[in-house]
Amino acid sequence: MATGLKKEHELHTRRRGRNVGVLGLLVALAVLLFAVTMVKMGPQSGNPTAGASWGETLLNWARE
Amino acid sequence: MTDISSHSLQGDRPEAGLSDYVQLMKPRVMSLVIFTALAGIVAAPSDVHPVVALASIICIAVGAGASGALNMWWDADIDARMARTVGRPIAAGAVEPGEAMALGLGLSLLSVAMLSIFANLLAAALLAFTIFFYAVVYTMWLKRWTPQNIVIGGAAGAFPPMIGWAAVTGEITMTSCLLFLVIFLWTPPHFWALALFRKADYADVGVPMLPVVAGEDVTRRQIFGYTALLLPVAIAPAFSAAGGPIYLLVALWATMRFAHEAWQVRARTSEAAAADDYAVEKRFFVTSISYLFLIFGALMADALLRSAIGPFGWPVLF
Repeated sequence: MATGLKKEHELHTRRRGRNVGVLGLLVALAVLLFAVTMVKMGPQSGNPTAGASWGETLLNWARE
Repeated sequence: MTDISSHSLQGDRPEAGLSDYVQLMKPRVMSLVIFTALAGIVAAPSDVHPVVALASIICIAVGAGASGALNMWWDADIDARMARTVGRPIAAGAVEPGEAMALGLGLSLLSVAMLSIFANLLAAALLAFTIFFYAVVYTMWLKRWTPQNIVIGGAAGAFPPMIGWAAVTGEITMTSCLLFLVIFLWTPPHFWALALFRKADYADVGVPMLPVVAGEDVTRRQIFGYTALLLPVAIAPAFSAAGGPIYLLVALWATMRFAHEAWQVRARTSEAAAADDYAVEKRFFVTSISYLFLIFGALMADALLRSAIGPFGWPVLF
């Protein structure tokens, strides 16, 4: 009986961990889609980094 | 009750946890893919928004993971019989083969579709071809058929910097082809070093790796031969649109060190290797991994140097 309960507990813990992981991944995907949409539809969407180097782009983005 | 019933229906197979699915995607291979793809993105002589760059990297990483899952699905039978791979999720019984296949196919489609939206069609097409090449051409066809499996199949691992480059520029250029060639020529020495000290495993499961089919001496000569070919190719990006002085110095030092260790492998006999449990080959295998991180890291350092101080008259020949 005790062994059965322990097995069930492990099963649920494992399953919960997996569900939380999947939830995290889905949230991350939603955040990523939102961020990319904002960038692509933002004020600089036509030519996002005209004249700027890669490093400058990164710095500008961090400042924003 | 339902849980217990479904569990007992699956016998003693433990239900897969999140870490099993992570392992299914070959995280160590993925780290190399992420790093080289990032190098392609950073070194490309064009600009991309950091969010788009991050999204592209994630797509490339997921695509690589998907092809890893498909590889494990197809190779589950031999993985279960090799010491190096017996702990993989399908071989160990943690993940059902069909589940791995579904995950691999699903993530392949998702990563390619997302990359086409986040970056461009060329990058997405290259990613799709890479997944196809690794899962079908290498895993299903070449791996169990020819000792040249990892020479041709190595192309799959060589695409990530080219995909990263294409995600930024929308082009395939001479420089991105050079970066492809560097990894393509690096793969045989890297993988054959592993095959030398895992020869028995491959022989047991009938995978015709070069040391199994042609012997250790031929493999050692081939390792050095491909390293010699790699020498000029690894230096060439220094004088490309992506290169610079940091890359030149690092590539010269690292490639000479790589070649030196390849020569040590070449100069050994099977008896000497067996006597010290393939210590030199194992060291060369580790060196080969750090080598790739070093030179692609140097490529990114040059890109950051250029963005910090602007053009500085470095000769660009490619």
